[in-house]
Amino acid sequence: MSERAAKVTPADEEEQDDDQITDSAAPDAAQEIDAESETTPEPVTSGAEAVVRALENAGVEHAFGVQGGAIMPVYDALYDSEIYHVTMAHEQGAAHAADAYGIVSGKPGICLATSGPGATNLVTGLADADMDSDPMMALTGQVPTELVGNDAFQETDTTGVTTPVTKDNTFSSHSDTVGSDVSEAFALASEGRPGPTLVDLPKDVTNGETDREPDAPSVPETYEVQERADEEIVAAAAERIENSNRPAMLLGGGVIKGEASEACREFAIEHEIPVITTMPGIGAFPEDHELSLEMAGMHGTGYANMAITHCDTLIGIGTRFDDRLTGGIETFAPDAELIHVDIDPAEISKNIHADYPLIGDAATVVEQLAEAVDESPEATKWRAQCQQWKSDYSMAYDAPEDEPLQPEFVVEALDEATDDDTIVTTGVGQHQMWACQYWTYTEPRTWVSSHGLGTMGYGLPAAIGARIAADDDQDVVCFDGDGSFLMTLQGLSVAVRENLDITVAVLNNEYIGMVRQWQDAFFEGRHSASDYHWMPEFDKLAEAFGAAGFRIDDYDEVADTIEEALSYDGPSVIDVHIDPEANVFPMVPSGGDNGQFALTEDQL
Amino acid sequence: MKRGLEGPPPEDRPTPAGRRNKQGIRIDPEVEATHEPRRTVISALVAHEPGVLSDVSGLFSRRQFNIESLTVGPTKDEDRARITVVVEEPDPGIDQIKKQLRKLVPVISVRELEPDAMQRELALIKVDAEDPAQVSAVADMYDATTVDSSTETATFEITGARQKIEAAIDTFGQFGIREISRTGTTALARGTEETAAAANATESTATEANRDEPYQTANDD
Repeated sequence: MSERAAKVTPADEEEQDDDQITDSAAPDAAQEIDAESETTPEPVTSGAEAVVRALENAGVEHAFGVQGGAIMPVYDALYDSEIYHVTMAHEQGAAHAADAYGIVSGKPGICLATSGPGATNLVTGLADADMDSDPMMALTGQVPTELVGNDAFQETDTTGVTTPVTKDNTFSSHSDTVGSDVSEAFALASEGRPGPTLVDLPKDVTNGETDREPDAPSVPETYEVQERADEEIVAAAAERIENSNRPAMLLGGGVIKGEASEACREFAIEHEIPVITTMPGIGAFPEDHELSLEMAGMHGTGYANMAITHCDTLIGIGTRFDDRLTGGIETFAPDAELIHVDIDPAEISKNIHADYPLIGDAATVVEQLAEAVDESPEATKWRAQCQQWKSDYSMAYDAPEDEPLQPEFVVEALDEATDDDTIVTTGVGQHQMWACQYWTYTEPRTWVSSHGLGTMGYGLPAAIGARIAADDDQDVVCFDGDGSFLMTLQGLSVAVRENLDITVAVLNNEYIGMVRQWQDAFFEGRHSASDYHWMPEFDKLAEAFGAAGFRIDDYDEVADTIEEALSYDGPSVIDVHIDPEANVFPMVPSGGDNGQFALTEDQL
Repeated sequence: MKRGLEGPPPEDRPTPAGRRNKQGIRIDPEVEATHEPRRTVISALVAHEPGVLSDVSGLFSRRQFNIESLTVGPTKDEDRARITVVVEEPDPGIDQIKKQLRKLVPVISVRELEPDAMQRELALIKVDAEDPAQVSAVADMYDATTVDSSTETATFEITGARQKIEAAIDTFGQFGIREISRTGTTALARGTEETAAAANATESTATEANRDEPYQTANDD
């Protein structure tokens, strides 16, 4: 039991006594009705029950969270619900797990936390989901309304703190409407451009009596989403595509969230247009297809960066042209007319001017374009050029057996040992980039990472959320770095308790590797605060948690150990001691020219 | 062991001729094209609920939009409030402000007003009143109303366009200004035009956002 839950103020205790009176009537009635039928749920009697009813009505099956004083009434109502609650070790983990659940399932992931520190611990996860437009809803306890603003025990202005990092948030003000607040927040999390929403639940509101059933999930009237793009602009964009000689498609995370992968694949293949993805767009197009140039940007492939720099028409779908993708704006696709498809009007011309702004749902607009484009562009020479770049800037790496283990080899070995539908989650840093570059992704919703916020520690809790959302026969692999893993490894206790079949590969170089790489390139090799000198033995640590622990030091251990770890039914951790000097290439320095990516350190 | 990857080094690669400016617009590489900031008034109709003002002001601060003033007040409909923001930004920034504002869930509609829209501000100006006759002559010049007077000070209320208020403050300056309080600009569109429409707002905003950007480009290759 957490310390937080144990600390109950006298005021809280009194309230709980009151609750017991109200609650005591409910259980008897519940048993009777449950016995009769599952289809007619008993009427709600409290705000907390209305909250849980709203989740059930929305089809929620799982939730992730941590108990605590102010959220106790909601947890009490959850006790009788079919919703499966995964008790996390830390609220940040609950938020990342919910986020990953949202990515894999396409439905909002739910996380719960108490007021004060519970809510503030969610903030990183909310900001992460906000940057990546992942559907997610957080429910936070709050001190009783009459204490709000008085600096009460575990009081934080949660809606104030989370406004900049949520799509929308609400302070619930009444037991009669709290259920509908939750329904609305649930709907908002996935409608249009997805994002995290939050409902702050004061304890008097959840404890208060009500018989009001929550409204069905629906977005408020002020929130409307344009599904179809302007036909006139579609026609103009189609003409531009037909007349282009160097076309490229750039698929972003919006393609996956908008279920437009299939439509994009058909369009690209029919018109033979080379396809680049952003990092969140990984999986939108099969990377083993000849039209695939994989990921562009700071650590994108050389061929993707050459193609994006030299194309004359760029069809950007569901991407927000983040600086890690564009590098310097001045040199980003400088010859390209941009056809920008996005459901959020505010993304159009935010960073890169859209010559053809197509506001709408990705799948719908790609269908519109598919109908409007009659002739494929004449781009034989361009496609040959792209293939030439693919061979010129091959991702082949050097891995002599007598040298320390190279991380790329480990990523490829795990990819080979698993099926195509395996879900990969990562932390943030070098290991994340190697996981991007050296795993071949073919399916949407198999790449789960922290893109926009770059949250170290995302990998393990994300693997927990992904595991719960994934099909039983899907593998879940988490690549983590030693620094990243140390930030959230308490989640192993959850993975063991829930017996979640997850394989964690810690690419351990005893550095904050990406920082070390930058220090070598830009700070004269001064390893300030990046050299960890000493790291725990992660395999033994895993065993202490009750998971299976493995260790790899050499090439000849890789295949067998991976096989053993994958076949272990439950969480396993492989502490992979890689070459501490290994660097990520290609690399476009911050604000640099994508076409001038460095292939070696001396080119930076 | 060789570190890094094989391939032609940066200096051996072809480079494109084009270039974009800071706003991401393709430009003639020979010409520096930047947008100059301009002052404009944006009016938003919002749901009259707690937190809207902080949502809006938070949006402006975290996205680094320059605002000169922001006012909020009730409308004829008790469920709606009107927020009037005076901003100074280059055109792409103004477009972003409108789109980002519209994205906030409690915002119903957003409109940039024409330069000839009715714009008014109110100021309270407290001056030293050692020479009451002269002070009152200046007050008359600006149609100022006396709100308070004592042997030492006089306080005037002035309403009008921003330029008028500024001029009045300048002129009152000769007597010695003790304190000033100003409301910021509030504004309405002229005639039968609606300032920020209450109905069908999204449709028009989405279309407007589409039309903001000319899809015929200036410099075809």
